[in-house]
Amino acid sequence: MSAGPLLLSVRELSVEFRTRSGTVRALERVSFDLHRGETLAVVGESGSGKSVTAFAVMGILDPAARITSGRVVFGGLDLLTENARALRDMRGREFAMIFQNPRTALNPIRRIGKQIADVLLRHANVRQSDVAARVIELLATVKIPDPARRARAYPFELSGGMCQRVMIAMALACSPALLIADEPTTGLDVTTQAVIMDLMAELARARGMATILITHDLGVAAEYADRIAVMHAGHMVEVARTEELLARPRHPYTRGLIAATPRPQARLDELYAIPGSLPDLRGDNIPACRYSPRCDQRQMDCNEALPRSMVGVDHLVACRHPL
Amino acid sequence: MIALLRHARYVLGDNSVTGLAFSLFLLFVFAAALGPSLAPHDPLASDTAQALHPPSARHWFGTDDLGRDIFSRIIVAARLDMGIALASVVLAFAVGTLMGIAAGYFGGWCDRIVSRIVDTIMAFPLFVLAMGIVAALGNTVTNIVYATAVINLPLYARIARAEASIRRESGFVEAARLSGNGEARILLAQILPNILPIMMVQVSLTLGYAILNAAGLSFIGLGVRPPTPEWGIMVAEGASFIISGEWWVAFFPGLVLMLAVFCFNLLGDGLRDIVDPRRRT
Amino acid sequence: MSALLEVDNLSKRFSVQTEGRWLRPNRARPQVHAVDDVSFTIAEGETVGLVGESGCGKSTLVRLVARLLDPSDGQIRFAGSDISIVAARRFGRLPTRAQIQMVFQDATDALNPRFTAFDAIADPLRRLKRLGGATLQTEVTRAARLCGLSEELLGRFPHQLSGGQKARVGIARAIAVEPRLLILDEPTSALDVSVQVIILRLLQDLQRRIGLGYLFVSHDLNVIRLLCDRVLVMYSGRIVESGPTDVVLTTPAHPYTAALVSAIPNMAETRRKRVALPGEPRSPIDPDPSTCRFYGRCPKGAEVCARMMPALIADGQGRAVACHFPGA
Repeated sequence: MSAGPLLLSVRELSVEFRTRSGTVRALERVSFDLHRGETLAVVGESGSGKSVTAFAVMGILDPAARITSGRVVFGGLDLLTENARALRDMRGREFAMIFQNPRTALNPIRRIGKQIADVLLRHANVRQSDVAARVIELLATVKIPDPARRARAYPFELSGGMCQRVMIAMALACSPALLIADEPTTGLDVTTQAVIMDLMAELARARGMATILITHDLGVAAEYADRIAVMHAGHMVEVARTEELLARPRHPYTRGLIAATPRPQARLDELYAIPGSLPDLRGDNIPACRYSPRCDQRQMDCNEALPRSMVGVDHLVACRHPL
Repeated sequence: MIALLRHARYVLGDNSVTGLAFSLFLLFVFAAALGPSLAPHDPLASDTAQALHPPSARHWFGTDDLGRDIFSRIIVAARLDMGIALASVVLAFAVGTLMGIAAGYFGGWCDRIVSRIVDTIMAFPLFVLAMGIVAALGNTVTNIVYATAVINLPLYARIARAEASIRRESGFVEAARLSGNGEARILLAQILPNILPIMMVQVSLTLGYAILNAAGLSFIGLGVRPPTPEWGIMVAEGASFIISGEWWVAFFPGLVLMLAVFCFNLLGDGLRDIVDPRRRT
Repeated sequence: MSALLEVDNLSKRFSVQTEGRWLRPNRARPQVHAVDDVSFTIAEGETVGLVGESGCGKSTLVRLVARLLDPSDGQIRFAGSDISIVAARRFGRLPTRAQIQMVFQDATDALNPRFTAFDAIADPLRRLKRLGGATLQTEVTRAARLCGLSEELLGRFPHQLSGGQKARVGIARAIAVEPRLLILDEPTSALDVSVQVIILRLLQDLQRRIGLGYLFVSHDLNVIRLLCDRVLVMYSGRIVESGPTDVVLTTPAHPYTAALVSAIPNMAETRRKRVALPGEPRSPIDPDPSTCRFYGRCPKGAEVCARMMPALIADGQGRAVACHFPGA
């Protein structure tokens, strides 16, 4: 689908965490764009920094985190320079987030109807008298059967898939322009996963909502995203349209990831095992290209500054020697 | 082990209050260990000519109504008070932990019996229960230890039960069964080592309470008998002199008692920082 | 190949606590039918996959086979002898205990935080093989090396090991006592995809070297396809389909298998026809024995499905389906 106007622009975002054993440079110069109505998947393995990126955009980073550089421009405003109160107002109304492990993300001792009502009252300026009806309406939108009765349920009474639908309902309560979904289907059964992802895609399409889908599963990204951004050790190593990325990956890590993902046609010995492991992000000895120690295409000058180059239409790669 | 010590040093250095508490603790241990040899005067020697003298160069904390040096008595009493506290806490810890982990791990009847025992103990105002036990069994140091142990037992039993009950569903417990471990062995060799650090924190926290308990019992006459020096008794003996202006007789034992409890509580907090794995990197 | 494991009509029921039991003492307590009339075999050296979603009973089934739980009905035979007559409590003392071992899904949870990797691997050797001293050392190092663990890692505690390393320790511990059947309960689902390939290769390699039989449980059909010769599809406590992996996954006969296959995210075909399953599985508490468990969610379904529970019928070519309307 053709890209709408620019909604979110992240430029040169760098985040550090101060810990006892040193400063962890969790994100370094992360840049990407997001347009209205499009779905961008941020794909990476554990420790790649994809969740940190999402939290930084939402403004909900851990207090030990420091944003050392960058801009997060949303609808013309740099979110990193806004004050806490303005951000709190925007959160929920302009952009919303759903998390992994839906049951633990909900308050276990409050009925789900009340939790959704909280969002409506806080952000959507709904009157107290109208709130109950709106809650039932929202539950119906996310296809929860018997919404009037389910609104009185507690999270522990619902399955994982239902809890995730409730989270989606809460996120969509104010029709935000941007939805960030952090591993929304990890831990759910594969049939439930399919249903939830289809639901999210349908709702996003109906409301013209942009989605950032954070996942470690390249298959899910391939199926639901218009564009994919691949992250490794705090760097965004490649960003491209989905078909382009899967057919012509230009970064060795992307190629490795695709080759390591089990797929129907490949046998086990045909899959690629990416050697090595994530570098230690503490200290000052981190190479400029954080993938170079594991890269089978590594060359002598890969330790010099890491460039970011356009290698095709809307196809960004962070590599000195793209494939 | 090395990592533990290094972490310990970090915590003690990082938090000056914990460091202070630890130094104070060492001082108390020192006094308890070397007691009589440190005392400048014989704690039992009465010299009525010297009675009720205020603090001076010769008697740092003054003298009591029988002319005994208060400072010496306080130092010697450290051994007794710390001893009672330690013995009762160790007893409560050992028995309470075993009861608790059995209840938490096996559930069923074991859990029901242990829980009822614990509930029964906790139904009483604990100090009153201690009083009752000592009154029934007699005023000896051993009985004070037993009484204090009984009233502290529920705390350990409950924590141990909760921790064991969380861990009994763990994968490593199932793996242990697959490896041919019997239930008793799993409980003692696999689960108990995981619970010990948390229990150790409770030990130091209850030490303070145990000292107060022993002192309290002595204060009301159900504890150690005179002329044995003990902080609680000394406060009791000195209480009647406050009105007549001889404040030092009760003040100094009371101050030392307060510092001891204070120091154990702070130490408990610091110990928790050291052993709680969640606080570690 | 002779049968290593034979499971016949295995069932496991758990009683459910309900309120008001005291008021109705004559009513039998409701039971969850976690595993219901399951039968299958595993041959020596074969890898059999077990697929099903959460709540289908696969965890219970593997724990029955591993003899951590006692069955309510049915029989389990290992290398010809009935192992289900011995209570789970006493099974640990039999020599057969070492022959059936298990690798867990959450490698972190499966390791005692206070044991080093060495201690973890040594434990079954000490308990089941009564080894000690130098022999113990040799065996632990052997198992570790087979699983790609360096000696240096053996002295570490779980919190000092990576996800992949912990997975290897779990596998090393399981194979140290030289089992003949290894049950793997989603061994790679918590691992990154790059580590997953390595661990799966390790498992394949081990099988070739030591000739183990595997019962491989996973919700990821792509992984099952890589490793398993045959696959069993489980739904609501029953086996609904079984057969050679490729055949079952390319041409599923049972509608549930078809739905599962259509739900797998696929990089190649980005837009696929999805078989959507409405609603939730039926309650496993006291289910109606004459109604198919899948009836109601099934895209097919006729009156006979409510009247008669479909039996698992073999077609003589290694496939079996439990459905009144099997096939595409």
